[in-house]
Amino acid sequence: MKAVTWVVFALAAGVLFYAASDLPRVGDIESPASVHVSPRYIAKSHDETGAPNFVTGVLADYRGYDTLGETTVIFTAGLACLLILGVRLGAGGDDK
Amino acid sequence: MRTPFGSAVLDAACRLLVPFVLIFAVYVIAHGHDSPGGGFQGGTILAAAVILIRLVHGQDAIWGLTRVGALRLACGGVAVFAGIGFLSLLFAGNYLDYGVLPLPLETVKVRVMGTLGIEIGVAMAVTGVLVLIFDALTAWGEED
Repeated sequence: MKAVTWVVFALAAGVLFYAASDLPRVGDIESPASVHVSPRYIAKSHDETGAPNFVTGVLADYRGYDTLGETTVIFTAGLACLLILGVRLGAGGDDK
Repeated sequence: MRTPFGSAVLDAACRLLVPFVLIFAVYVIAHGHDSPGGGFQGGTILAAAVILIRLVHGQDAIWGLTRVGALRLACGGVAVFAGIGFLSLLFAGNYLDYGVLPLPLETVKVRVMGTLGIEIGVAMAVTGVLVLIFDALTAWGEED
């Protein structure tokens, strides 16, 4: 069973490394993100979102869906802590 | 956390610190638009204030935020975020497209308000989850 785990691990790693070789280099000004969305954010984010700060404009407006996902991840992590620790919510909670 | 490790010094320091921590948290949430900050950071500071009080005064100092209350706060935060998204669907926009919300302001300002709304939702969720994790860890093993 352990051998199978390692084989699957190696295959998955191989696929990921193969795919990563196609990614643009870090900081490549010709990469799609740099030629397509970044100029738009820099030029228009203030007019379109009203945020004086690019980061907020991108985080909360252009990519609000992503932020919703992040919030859900944090919430799920909290629920997982509760479940793993097996704490009963009622005890010492509301009735005090 | 039945036994607080409070002392006169800790108690005085806590009383002095907590109001400023709370104000700073609200500032970080509300000003996240113009400066580094926002819901995640502000919510963490808010939770730090509540956790500081619980460390010094013990679990009895629930301070309006019980264990169930923290869970409700976390759920409410995610619901506020998703609800603002659905609200913009109702007014014929895309999901999370705040510009269409019917507020008596220019479209750009409405977007700012929508962003503030979701920051508040994020802050509620983060505060609730952090307090919940603290309570779960400190309550662990107490009940049997």
